[in-house]
Amino acid sequence: MTDSARRQVAGRGIPVPGNDIDTDRIIPARFLKTVTNEGLGLHAFEDARKQDPEHPFNQKAYEGASILVAGLNFGCGSSREHAPESLKQWGIRAIVGGSFAEIFFGNCTMLGIPCIAIDNEDVLWLQRAVGRDPKMIVTVDVEKQEVRAGDRVIKGRIPDGARNQLVSGAWNATGVLLEAGDRIEATAKRLPYVSGF
Amino acid sequence: MASSLLDKVWEAHTVRTLPSGQTQLLIGLHLIHEVTSPQAFQALREMKRPVRMPERTFATLDHIIPTTAQARPFADAVAEEMTVHLTRNAEQSRVPFFDLSSGKQGIVHVIGPELGLSQPGMTIACGDSHTATHGALGAIAFGIGTSQVRDVLATQCLAMAKPKLRQVRVDGALAKGVYAKDVILAIIRALGVNGGVGYAYEYAGSVVDRMTMEERLTLCNMSIEGGARFGYVNPDQTTFDYLRGRPYAPQGAAFDRAVTWWASMASDPDTRYDDVKRLDGSAIPPMVTWGINPGQSVGVGERIPDPENAPEPERATYREGLAHMGFKAGQPIAGAKIDVVFIGSCTNSRLSDLRVAASVAKGNRVAKHVRALVVPGSQQVAKAAEAEGLHEIFREAGFEWRNAGCSMCLGMNDDKLRGREMSASTSNRNFIGRQGSPTGRTLLMSPAMAAAAAVHGAVTDVREMLR
Ligand code: SF4
Repeated sequence: MTDSARRQVAGRGIPVPGNDIDTDRIIPARFLKTVTNEGLGLHAFEDARKQDPEHPFNQKAYEGASILVAGLNFGCGSSREHAPESLKQWGIRAIVGGSFAEIFFGNCTMLGIPCIAIDNEDVLWLQRAVGRDPKMIVTVDVEKQEVRAGDRVIKGRIPDGARNQLVSGAWNATGVLLEAGDRIEATAKRLPYVSGF
Repeated sequence: MASSLLDKVWEAHTVRTLPSGQTQLLIGLHLIHEVTSPQAFQALREMKRPVRMPERTFATLDHIIPTTAQARPFADAVAEEMTVHLTRNAEQSRVPFFDLSSGKQGIVHVIGPELGLSQPGMTIACGDSHTATHGALGAIAFGIGTSQVRDVLATQCLAMAKPKLRQVRVDGALAKGVYAKDVILAIIRALGVNGGVGYAYEYAGSVVDRMTMEERLTLCNMSIEGGARFGYVNPDQTTFDYLRGRPYAPQGAAFDRAVTWWASMASDPDTRYDDVKRLDGSAIPPMVTWGINPGQSVGVGERIPDPENAPEPERATYREGLAHMGFKAGQPIAGAKIDVVFIGSCTNSRLSDLRVAASVAKGNRVAKHVRALVVPGSQQVAKAAEAEGLHEIFREAGFEWRNAGCSMCLGMNDDKLRGREMSASTSNRNFIGRQGSPTGRTLLMSPAMAAAAAVHGAVTDVREMLR
């Protein structure tokens, strides 16, 4: 196991209720006007927070939380990695959700943030439980594909590829991809549009 | 055994199977723009790695550039800085760059096909979720995040899990006044905004077969709005005719050899799909979204649905949609008042889109209270449209004619909604805040419908104007 391995992530929860929360909502496009990732964490859910003083990201009770509990199709829309990056800088270390949009899921994995899908009823239960007791520790067990909170153990799902990457610590893929060496060029050469028709 | 285009392309680009079980997939064409690439180049510098195959990456500017005055330095200092970064990164890495002086600059998903860069049988990646657009040419094209942009720059590869394959068949014939945009909005309404998660969509059926390449680009463009990261149409004669003579397409005898290979990459007739869904194209009306995701749409003659009749998990989003938009359940969408009309974006900013919009605008006037802009998808589209006099038709009707870029699709430049303005937009997202105002409202529709909305100042059935 290396430092980067993500077998288990535990922390306090923060519920973000609702389905189809898109990445424009997580980080509006005007904050993408930057050539670095600096300060993105300050703008997580900025417009939603301004419009709704009760937004969970505004509530003192959830300060220091690290496990986001979302609904269905979380992170749909734009491929902007600024979205998971802003959540990460805010302090999010893992996301439990009803389901995830695919590019967002992949981006989270690339940043070492496990996303685990659980049944929607369990999402609603967990959001209520965290709401009642923001100090409760929520554990995302990547290896066993389960979420533990209070006395409950909730079965979850993380696709094999991402799970293996997270558990082994190989979620930063560049190094692994480089290991293929000149097999990369060999594959390219076999393609007629690379070698010439 | 019969195999699909997805199978064949995946297999041809597989470098190896990774320890995680994913595929190390070679990327044949990599497209980059100013918003999702600077951090990737920075990471590369930190790793002290060069761009592995600079000749397989192409750069353009689209998201942040102004569509009015384009003299450098840009009035917006951050836009200028992002442009400087991309220019420097492209130069230092020897990545070809279609900048403003190239005559070829434009929205990344418009210029790839237009230049003949995007071809059948390729894998195409771009740090942009609408990359499936290029699937219209029979490519496996998909959006990636910035860490993956870094991976492609450093290794020309990605770690990917192969998706399942769903065929989406649209048969019948489209009615007059119904376009590719209506077809994809109808597909997303039928299959849901997350119905395509884990799938590639293969669009097929007589309606798709008859579509021009530009219509197929519109169709594939919005795959991601239905949750599908990949969407494609099998290459056929329409594809080959479109590619012939384009600058980056093979030329002469090589073109004919390419056609043989391209045709061989299409799905075999007896391909087995993980799933097949069918739509009757003849039944599709002009579509308009009423809510806050692209699945919340109705035919222009329909009423806005009641959340109580929606499937349980969707009710909350329906209510949120109605509240944000200021609509009531049961209200007809026709007649909804419009403040802004935006004709543009990688969905609908190609020459055929502008022609249709101009034909509706011609001889009419934009309603007094409406500000309307037409933003061509690329410098080449602008040039071709101007050669036909479309810009004059638009101007005479009271539209602004702008320079190429993403513009009000996402409002990263000055083209933004103000306050609660309601826009009729040919783009692809009606998310809250998408068009630059946190309280702004977006109705998605086809270019013909948007032009009709401009003229009437309200949502109108364009079929009545086409009679
Ligand atoms: S036009 Fe809109 S959707 Fe298309 S690439 Fe630009 S910002 Fe993205």
